[in-house]
Amino acid sequence: MFSLFLEQLLNSLQSGLMLFLMASGLTLVFGVMGLINLAHGSLYMVGAFACAAVAAWTGSFWLGLVASLMAAALAGVLVEMFIIRRLYNRDHLDQVLATFALILVFSEGTRWIFGSFPLFLSVPDILTGTVILPGALEYPIFRLAIIIAGLLVAVGLFLLIGKTRLGVRIRAGEADRGMIAALGVNIDRLYTVVFALGAALAGLAGAFVGTTQSVQVGMGEPVLILAFVVIVIGGIGSIKGALIGSLLVGFTDTMGRFLLPHAFATFLDPSSATAIGSALASMLIYIVMALVLFLRPSGLFGTEA
Amino acid sequence: MKGMKTTIAAVAALLVAGTAQADPVKVGMITTLSGGGAGLGIDARDGFMLAVKQANNPELSVVIEDDQRKPDVAVQLADKMIQQEKVDVLTGIIWSNLAMAVVPSAVAQEKLYLSVNAAPSQLAGKGCNANYFSVSYQNDNLHEAAGGYASSAGYEKAFILAPNYPAGKDSLAGFKRFFMGDIAEEVYTKLGQTDYAAEIAQIRASGADSVFFFLPGGMGIAFMKQYAQSGVDIPLIGPAFSMDQGILGAVGDEAIGFKNTSNWSKDIDNPTNKAFVETFQAEYGRLPSLYASYGFDTANLLLSAMGKASISDKEAFRDALRAADFNSVRGKFVFGPNQHPIQDIYVREVVKEGDVLTNKIVGIALSDHADAYASECSM
Repeated sequence: MFSLFLEQLLNSLQSGLMLFLMASGLTLVFGVMGLINLAHGSLYMVGAFACAAVAAWTGSFWLGLVASLMAAALAGVLVEMFIIRRLYNRDHLDQVLATFALILVFSEGTRWIFGSFPLFLSVPDILTGTVILPGALEYPIFRLAIIIAGLLVAVGLFLLIGKTRLGVRIRAGEADRGMIAALGVNIDRLYTVVFALGAALAGLAGAFVGTTQSVQVGMGEPVLILAFVVIVIGGIGSIKGALIGSLLVGFTDTMGRFLLPHAFATFLDPSSATAIGSALASMLIYIVMALVLFLRPSGLFGTEA
Repeated sequence: MKGMKTTIAAVAALLVAGTAQADPVKVGMITTLSGGGAGLGIDARDGFMLAVKQANNPELSVVIEDDQRKPDVAVQLADKMIQQEKVDVLTGIIWSNLAMAVVPSAVAQEKLYLSVNAAPSQLAGKGCNANYFSVSYQNDNLHEAAGGYASSAGYEKAFILAPNYPAGKDSLAGFKRFFMGDIAEEVYTKLGQTDYAAEIAQIRASGADSVFFFLPGGMGIAFMKQYAQSGVDIPLIGPAFSMDQGILGAVGDEAIGFKNTSNWSKDIDNPTNKAFVETFQAEYGRLPSLYASYGFDTANLLLSAMGKASISDKEAFRDALRAADFNSVRGKFVFGPNQHPIQDIYVREVVKEGDVLTNKIVGIALSDHADAYASECSM
């Protein structure tokens, strides 16, 4: 029972970190540019498809991983330069409409190139199999690798934002866009860089997740909804909020699915306990979101009133 | 003069009969063509349209719309097809929650509904309807066969898993109806869920000797891959939906040896099936799945009824459908009293033929199997 609980904790951490890769890009773009980007899930899909296609073509997962970063970043740059750039001064409704249209374009485009059937993408040989962790816990190496990669990216992102010149500009951009433009920072380039960074993170998440799940058209939208839940909980624009929010959502979702049916089984018959427990488990993150919004309307680390 | 009159009468009668039989039939197909469940809908559509193309009957027209696996969208499309397009027959729905949203109201408006896949228990028993035919199966069927197979294979303690929607509940009910052993644990997942780490951890800790899972489409791919990565080696059993032709390619060699139950397989030995598999492959460049076979049979059933009766005479048309006088890819095809098929269900095994993963029949799980709800249907 103890090792099962430990395994579920690791699963929570893993799903939370993958969400963080998605949510951090989304929250950066919103924080710096004030843009709601619904097409963020499409960039995740682009990453997964690029990884699957290149891995199938070259036989190397690692080249696929590089391709996922590059393809998503490139798609991000193109989208920012040709479409998103025209939307910064529009209101949020226009942005939502335009980026929703982008979802359709990306989905149909991907279907046109790759077809409607899921692509094959498998774990590289070196990461297959399981390891025995302390507590006699058997855990898949690949999930462990994802956890480590997710942690590295999180640390890297905090260093980038906290310690580098680009990070200073990003933070300044979040605080006052007009002012840093007046101070001579090339704001167009900053926006493109931030957008590409967010896109690359989404693409990386797509490649990781595509390896354990299925690479198919429309895979980005369910994750996008979760990523929005995360940034609403964490506070829009806050990287720290995105991290805490992601872990909270990952933990709530995994543990809810695991524990709620058992909790109901203590006073209901097993069949209805599983049905009610799992129904409630799928609502749980939204209940948490509602609670956070009730207690702290601007999210856990939000600054705007 | 009298002779002349009879001739005219005969010609007139012929003409009337002729026009009656040539009444055009308009079909509205609502199916899932985008998102996570798209592979299933596309296969069903392609199978249906292959039969339509082969028949080349100018009286049959089809409008196709994408429901995106969303019940609200499916309801809107059904309203549009009934009110604007004035279709006579609806078909195409893959997912049981969408079927429950569309079918009861459509058949109440005197439209025929022919199911290419979803057949929830609610529409097979007390909720059966003369205008509703399931060409595929009743939801529980393949799962009942899996339960029967698990028992006969000597498994005694099964961990069972399905999505939390009508077909998922039918699935676990069906499995339990025919499985003699104990249930280690029963788990419902979210429809469309893609990460199964939490469930696999529970399987690992459950002490079960077999796992039964019903996860169609992308859900099955995700589960199979993660299960293979997890190092858990408890044998998997499932209905064909968890292992259909569209899933195999994405799962890869890890699927080889997997046992699943199906009422159709590409190696069922009859000329119709052989021709179907060959022409489908020639037309679309891939092997058909069971969803494609259901689509193909549905179109041929409809065409057979069109050849016998006019759609304007609903009663006669329903009789013609009930007779099921067409060549099915499953060989014999008979409707039971609730207009769901009575059929053989096979056990298949995933094998590799050359470079392609596919299924091969290894035995019969249930013969001439009728569903459990037929007796509740009063029609």
